[in-house]
Amino acid sequence: MKKLIAEFTKGLIKENPTFILALGLCPTLAVSVSVSNGIGMGIAATFVLLGSSVIISFIKNFIPERIRIPCYIVVIATFVTIAELCMKAYSPALDRALGIYVPLIVVNCVVLGRAEAFACKNNVMASLFDGLGMGVGFTLALILISGIREFLGTGRLLGHTVINGFEPVFVFGMPSGALLVIGLLLGFFNFLKGRKA
Amino acid sequence: MNLQEFLTIFISAVFIYNVILSRFLGLCSFIAISKETKPALAMSFAVMFVITMSSAITWFIYRFLLLPFGLTYLRTISFILVIATFVQLVEMVIRKTSPQLYRAFGIYLPLITVNCAVLGVAVLNIDMFFVNGKAVAGSFYYTVFQGICVGVGYTLAMLLMSGIRQRLELCDVPKPFKEFPLAFIIASILSLSFMGFNGFKF
Repeated sequence: MKKLIAEFTKGLIKENPTFILALGLCPTLAVSVSVSNGIGMGIAATFVLLGSSVIISFIKNFIPERIRIPCYIVVIATFVTIAELCMKAYSPALDRALGIYVPLIVVNCVVLGRAEAFACKNNVMASLFDGLGMGVGFTLALILISGIREFLGTGRLLGHTVINGFEPVFVFGMPSGALLVIGLLLGFFNFLKGRKA
Repeated sequence: MNLQEFLTIFISAVFIYNVILSRFLGLCSFIAISKETKPALAMSFAVMFVITMSSAITWFIYRFLLLPFGLTYLRTISFILVIATFVQLVEMVIRKTSPQLYRAFGIYLPLITVNCAVLGVAVLNIDMFFVNGKAVAGSFYYTVFQGICVGVGYTLAMLLMSGIRQRLELCDVPKPFKEFPLAFIIASILSLSFMGFNGFKF
């Protein structure tokens, strides 16, 4: 049990997919305009990670070595389609806000990376906790980035005004603001890592 | 189908909604391979070729397979499979016919399968040129042209970025900001300058 919890917690900070492994940055940057978008994307990606990790570790012995990547992609694409259809049915507004970035979870390196690096070598339970941890780590990173961007770009958080009379910096709502925030955050985490070592 | 439509597609795909700097597609390869101009250029050409071809192929699949049989919900699965197969095929053909070309961008080809720009453009074409489950007049030409233009936009961003980064090699940068963080900050400034093209609308 202790080992399983370790598999879960390593995705949160020590091997955070966004800040430490620098994987899956495209959707992170594109949807982080507002916190609610970030949470929606995080939940969808967590669902896909969880499902695909479990299924892949379940069938890992039947997959021929040479065509494993296409096999993984089919499994991942199935879960992405499920997530896409559910999102269309239950929250059309979120689906419109995320747009083409929902089907693009298929090519999110976090998902394929975990399948290749973890799920194909470990048992079902360990893969489940690993997928969950990575998904939650990804969601937390999204919330951090989108929180910074939404606060600076619009002066609100989750749609509520935080400080009265705060003049928003529009550039943080633009694509270039996203790149700037992620660049500075990556530098900051590198700095922390360097100080610890 | 008229000339103005093509011009609009060109300007919006290359400048206003540049794949990398404004849509954030293909960012991983952009950051990873833009350290030097030559490999960056080879990668760009490979991406341009694959995007154009896969745009055409996915259009045929959507128009003649998925739409008539009411299978549009299989879009994501079928597109990614076709793209993966196509990239594998191109790799095999190049290896057989021209070893020289294979050495030039052989290692970058497998990476293109998971390049979000390819799938992203395929999905974007469907969203833009199919209205209410029907193909817009001339949508095939628009699709292929948009594929080419996105490739040009990718090449442009790649060239700018690799040129800047090559010079920055010699600069003294604070240690935590070396490599990736700095690359993102440069990309941010580039993206800011590309925002100037927003006024170009028709």
